[in-house]
Amino acid sequence: MAKRIVLAVGTRKGCFLLESDEGRRDWEVRGPFCDGWPVYHAVVDEGSGTIYASAASEWHGAGVWRSPDMGETWELSSEGLQYPEGELKLSRVSGLGVGHGKVRVGAEAAGVFESGDGGATWSLVSTLDDQPGRGSWNDPSNQPPGHLGMTAILPHPDGPDRYMIIVQGFGIFETTDGGGSWEPRNSGLRAEWPLEDERVGYCVHKLVMSPVDHDRFYQQNHCGMHRSDDGGRTWTEVTDGLPTDFGFVAAAHPHDRESFYVIPLDPGHGRCMPDGAAAVWRTSDAGSTWQRLHRGLPQQNAYIGVLREGLAIDSLDAPGLYFGTSTGQVFASADEGETWDEIASYLPGISSVEVAVLES
Amino acid sequence: MADLHLPPTLPSLFVDLPRRLDVDATTVNEAIDRLDERWPGLRDRLCEPGPALRPHINVYVDRERAELATALGPGSRVDVIAAISGG
Repeated sequence: MAKRIVLAVGTRKGCFLLESDEGRRDWEVRGPFCDGWPVYHAVVDEGSGTIYASAASEWHGAGVWRSPDMGETWELSSEGLQYPEGELKLSRVSGLGVGHGKVRVGAEAAGVFESGDGGATWSLVSTLDDQPGRGSWNDPSNQPPGHLGMTAILPHPDGPDRYMIIVQGFGIFETTDGGGSWEPRNSGLRAEWPLEDERVGYCVHKLVMSPVDHDRFYQQNHCGMHRSDDGGRTWTEVTDGLPTDFGFVAAAHPHDRESFYVIPLDPGHGRCMPDGAAAVWRTSDAGSTWQRLHRGLPQQNAYIGVLREGLAIDSLDAPGLYFGTSTGQVFASADEGETWDEIASYLPGISSVEVAVLES
Repeated sequence: MADLHLPPTLPSLFVDLPRRLDVDATTVNEAIDRLDERWPGLRDRLCEPGPALRPHINVYVDRERAELATALGPGSRVDVIAAISGG
């Protein structure tokens, strides 16, 4: 059966959908959706076809939008997206994780909420109260501008009760009992600042799992690229060969455990691609060596950045790659990153790109 | 009945919610309760837990800045304003 490729693009002014056939050359752009609310993360559940978008309005608070019909209709819900009275304050929702019939979303202040009814209602799962670092990560002095709290939720193929989360500036935690208990997963990571507790205090930007080896993880950290071969229990840095150790994104190849992709950025406040020349970098040997992929990408005066949910890879035999920039361009490759096309040029600033392969 | 006016950012979030409607309530908070009964979730768009008005939502009763506890009289005009900001 023919397939359709759908990109869900979260932007500062709503969600957009880009759609193509398996050729991935001609793209139709639809949107903006979600009433123009700033969308942090938009995902497509390949099982149900439902689109979810976490969003926060400057005026009307935070919620999760959902569309069961590929963007034709949308509903917003924040029912249950609250902390108990007098405790933490929920200012925004951030990373979404969908799988095993559950939808989960991270929040700022840091906590994980979940929905068992497709995003209609939500309940608080955990604020990781017994974890190292918990006493300080909601301290305003530890929250720089744009603080996201719990930035990401990574479902695990084993089942609904096992997943990982990232607390911004503190690191990765894993649960295997649905959020009842947690373990830090940061051993071997590097920090360029003093640590009060060696188990936490690491700035993990993006965490990805190899779809063909569930013990193989990669992460882009504020301080370097890292690989794990034991399900995140220990990490080895694999930065050598990249132009900088800083970036926000990572994507794991769907069929090859040794291959993954990153987009290094200048680590200063600009956080753009180095030398104004756009490139995606690929390793095919688990981080021992790196190749710069740039054919079709702008190589002059391209001071563009890509945020932590801004790179995606599809699951076709020859995987396609997609990234969205903080200045509103979407670039796509239908040949594993060898060549690139600009498929949208003037969207609002992009915070996330996710891809789904659906039956036509 | 209070004469309630809502900001343009709200009606698109709720089915058949008008910009202007009559509400039978004795305080601003009660007026928001009446709205939430008919359009579930609307309170959360205007108020934080506490409850308190969201930081960029302002309410005026008969042109005077109001709070949730502000009393409404028969025929009070209530304007809910989303602060002018953004770009």
